[in-house]
Amino acid sequence: MRLTELKNHQRELYQFQVRVGFVSVAVLVCFAILLLRFTWLQIVQHDVYHAKAEDNRISIVPIAPNRGLILDRNGVVLARNYSAYTLEISPSKINDLERTITELAEVVDIQPRDRSRFRKLLSESRNADSLPIRNRLTDEEVARFAANRFRFPGVEIRARLFRQYPYGDTASHVIGYIGRMTDRDIERLEEQGVSANYRGTDFVGKTGVEASYQNELHGSTGFEQVEIDAGGRGIRTLSRTAAQPGNNITLTIDIKLQEIVEQAFGDRRGALVAIDPASGAILAFVSKPGFDPNLFVDGIDPQSWAELNNSPDRPLNNRAIAGVYPPGSTFKPFMALAALESGKRHPRYTISDPGYYEFGGRRFRDSKPGGNGSVDLYKSIVVSSDTYYYQLANDMGIDAIAAFMKQFGLGAKTGIDLEGEAIGVLPSPEWKQRRFRRPEQQKWYAGETISIGIGQGYNAYTPVQLAQAVAALANGGAMYRPHLVAHVDHLRSGDRRYIEPQLISQISLKPENVEFVKNAMAGVNKEGTGARAFAGAQYSSGGKTGTAQVIGMKQNEKYDERKIAERHRDHSLFIAFAPLDNPKIALMTIVENGGFGARAAAPIARAVLDYWLLGKIPPARKSADEDDAGED
Amino acid sequence: MQLTQFSLRRLFFRLNAGMDQTLLTIAIILVGLGLLTLFSASYDYPQRVTAQLINLAVAFTAMWVVAQLQPQTLMRFALPVYLLGVTLLIAVALFGDVANGARRWLHLGVARIQPSEIMKIAMPLMLAWHFHRNEALLRARDFLIAGVLLLLPVLLIARQPDLGTAILVGAAGCYVIFFAGLSWKVIAGVSVIGLASLPPLWGMLHDYQRKRILTLLDPSSDPLGAGYHIIQSTIAVGSGGIFGKGWLSGTQTHLEFIPERHTDFIFAVFSEEFGLLGNCVLLVLYALLIGRGLMIAANAPTFFSRLLASSITLIFFTYAFVNMGMVSGILPVVGVPLPFISYGGTALATLFIGLGILMSVHRHRKLVQT
Repeated sequence: MRLTELKNHQRELYQFQVRVGFVSVAVLVCFAILLLRFTWLQIVQHDVYHAKAEDNRISIVPIAPNRGLILDRNGVVLARNYSAYTLEISPSKINDLERTITELAEVVDIQPRDRSRFRKLLSESRNADSLPIRNRLTDEEVARFAANRFRFPGVEIRARLFRQYPYGDTASHVIGYIGRMTDRDIERLEEQGVSANYRGTDFVGKTGVEASYQNELHGSTGFEQVEIDAGGRGIRTLSRTAAQPGNNITLTIDIKLQEIVEQAFGDRRGALVAIDPASGAILAFVSKPGFDPNLFVDGIDPQSWAELNNSPDRPLNNRAIAGVYPPGSTFKPFMALAALESGKRHPRYTISDPGYYEFGGRRFRDSKPGGNGSVDLYKSIVVSSDTYYYQLANDMGIDAIAAFMKQFGLGAKTGIDLEGEAIGVLPSPEWKQRRFRRPEQQKWYAGETISIGIGQGYNAYTPVQLAQAVAALANGGAMYRPHLVAHVDHLRSGDRRYIEPQLISQISLKPENVEFVKNAMAGVNKEGTGARAFAGAQYSSGGKTGTAQVIGMKQNEKYDERKIAERHRDHSLFIAFAPLDNPKIALMTIVENGGFGARAAAPIARAVLDYWLLGKIPPARKSADEDDAGED
Repeated sequence: MQLTQFSLRRLFFRLNAGMDQTLLTIAIILVGLGLLTLFSASYDYPQRVTAQLINLAVAFTAMWVVAQLQPQTLMRFALPVYLLGVTLLIAVALFGDVANGARRWLHLGVARIQPSEIMKIAMPLMLAWHFHRNEALLRARDFLIAGVLLLLPVLLIARQPDLGTAILVGAAGCYVIFFAGLSWKVIAGVSVIGLASLPPLWGMLHDYQRKRILTLLDPSSDPLGAGYHIIQSTIAVGSGGIFGKGWLSGTQTHLEFIPERHTDFIFAVFSEEFGLLGNCVLLVLYALLIGRGLMIAANAPTFFSRLLASSITLIFFTYAFVNMGMVSGILPVVGVPLPFISYGGTALATLFIGLGILMSVHRHRKLVQT
């Protein structure tokens, strides 16, 4: 046994040594292959690779294009560029960032908010070559840094174009803002397959038209072939393909009108969308409060960001497209039209309004205690009778209401050229089925139909949807896609591309029914709930007030504005169009927690129509304040 | 005075004990060349050289400690270290951190470790121990068990995915099996099956791995993407010529055309600045290192130490060959560093521990197992 083991040992050792010999040969063969490869590359092909390495001394430097301007319909500049110096740090080339920044602070002024903004940028874009620590250096600071430059490898001064929004927070939700490209933006551009055109670009549109027309505004990146020395510094430019500046974008809005509306809102929250019914062009687009887009341009500092984000007024929320509100009584003209079209009501059909409508043992209150007496269809709109529409809704049924309202684009995205549009809710049994999970919640109750009739209940639409619906009504059923951009101008060639009006649908309505409803709405402004706001108007107009409940009222509880906290007060709404024949403007406005529609929203609508039809500019707000002071 | 001189000399001898002078000299020359190259490659970030010096100190200490151990002691570590490695690999697969799209790291409270690195030493150790236990009576079954012991961690590493390390660990295991005396017929058979299974294996590869292989065959197909590494590193090597562009004068290096120039592609820097002459020096040094290692293996007294020493020596060879091959464009780009030259603490520690094992085997060559 031991002997065989010993034999095996010897055989193993022999076998092992044979294999070591084999491996040695294999190793030498492999190294010989490498040596051949090196000889091939470094002797035979050396000239080729030498030439290639020389070519590599030419570096291609992208030239970022100038971003296109944004103008209002009259050519007033709303977003422009200006040149300034920034101090930029290349994080990858610096070992101790904090120390470098502290040392930099001795040379140029660096505030704590500059530091915190820099840290925020660093965390958002890890792959960036260089990030700004200070923007808009003074000439003195530039000179001082230049003298100390040797102390700061990896820190450089760059001349860069900055975006500026001269109107500040006016129209901020239309224009939007640009911001530094984050890793997520880069991913999105890569998905779109346009990332190559963004080399050398640091900023992209984040919201508003700046975002939705990003590719138009951007232009095309140019390239410069630069010969560089062994240190990587440019010696001379060999060739240059100039960047093509981005296209200028002219909006359909009128900044003057926009200012009038935003001043009329004052500190109140709300939204207004005014549309040219014949084209869908948006004339004014307001969401209050706004924000100063200039804050975002250099990368917003965390403190301002927190203020904007945590404010209970939610200034970053674009209420005009993303806010959903019950339409309240502004729903009634559409209900009236539905009643006429379906034949459920004749204009002369009259009810006796006791101030409530009873259904299933439940009493639906009218906003006017005691009721409006005998009410026909015309009067139902002029005085805004709830009882009439409770009954009408019950007679029509939810399916007929939903089918009719759907034609006006309610509860669906309008397709406006902005990102972030909400859908809203067009209530129907099918919607409820989808929306809720428990069977008892999914069922549609007949009682729910009744409050739908006065624009309450599950009804929830965006201001832009309602404005579109009003425009379609004013236009006799022709509904155009609402849009904010009038035309795009190509700077070099002078080509102008108009955004053509886009007819979404032609709702089939009987002209006499449309006339009836429009006349009733004219009655609102002449003798009804809108009469006070429209007293002395030198043009014909149609309107409808609306009051949307924010909190539910118990059946017999009376709404008393003074007793309710400001944020729980009703929203004040108004829809309008003018003039009566061939309307030139249709609008919807909402003042959050503004109380009755006639009081808060209607005067804003009046100011818009006055300006648009008569060119009248209301007295500046400042003088109005002085008047108030005088009264006290 | 005399006394201190005496004790210093004693200390020197004490420290030097067990160190194989040949291996040590070659390693020191390689490390020196590595630091020179790293200095050139780190012109924009000189702190890397300092960091590498610290790595070297740690790795050197590890080598010294291992060199003091007896091979029998190493043998006792085989099973625990292997089991620890596999357990950690499973833990990585379950809870590991994802970096660069691969799950390779494991958080252990304070430190982050890469368990696949442990397997580079644990694998030959384990298989050498396994064959040693059944010495002289090796049957087919033992080779099958070895195959299982080999495949389990390799598949776990390949799944991370980390093809480079999987290849190194797999190669380490294969070397042990080969030296243990797997019959040539089986080797030929496995090779044939291996070649035949290439097409299905291709289907199992990740997209980025396929892309690397495809761009190797035709780098110009993707000059700004995956082919960029190979194109630029080949230009660097080729433009170096016979004598090189000189230390600190490589344009490819200093104009930032070579990606990962501190780590996996440091050979491009070396080759550009020191030319064909430098490459020959490097090849000779590696050949001497491997020759010395195989000599130690051939003279080793036990089956275990023979297998261990020979397979570790061939790991050095694999590192060097795969790295230089990929940088010069004849092998696909897999993440394998150039031994003793590339920047990086973990790889350096593994390599120096390997050296320590060789030294331990050499020092105890006369102690025949009882």
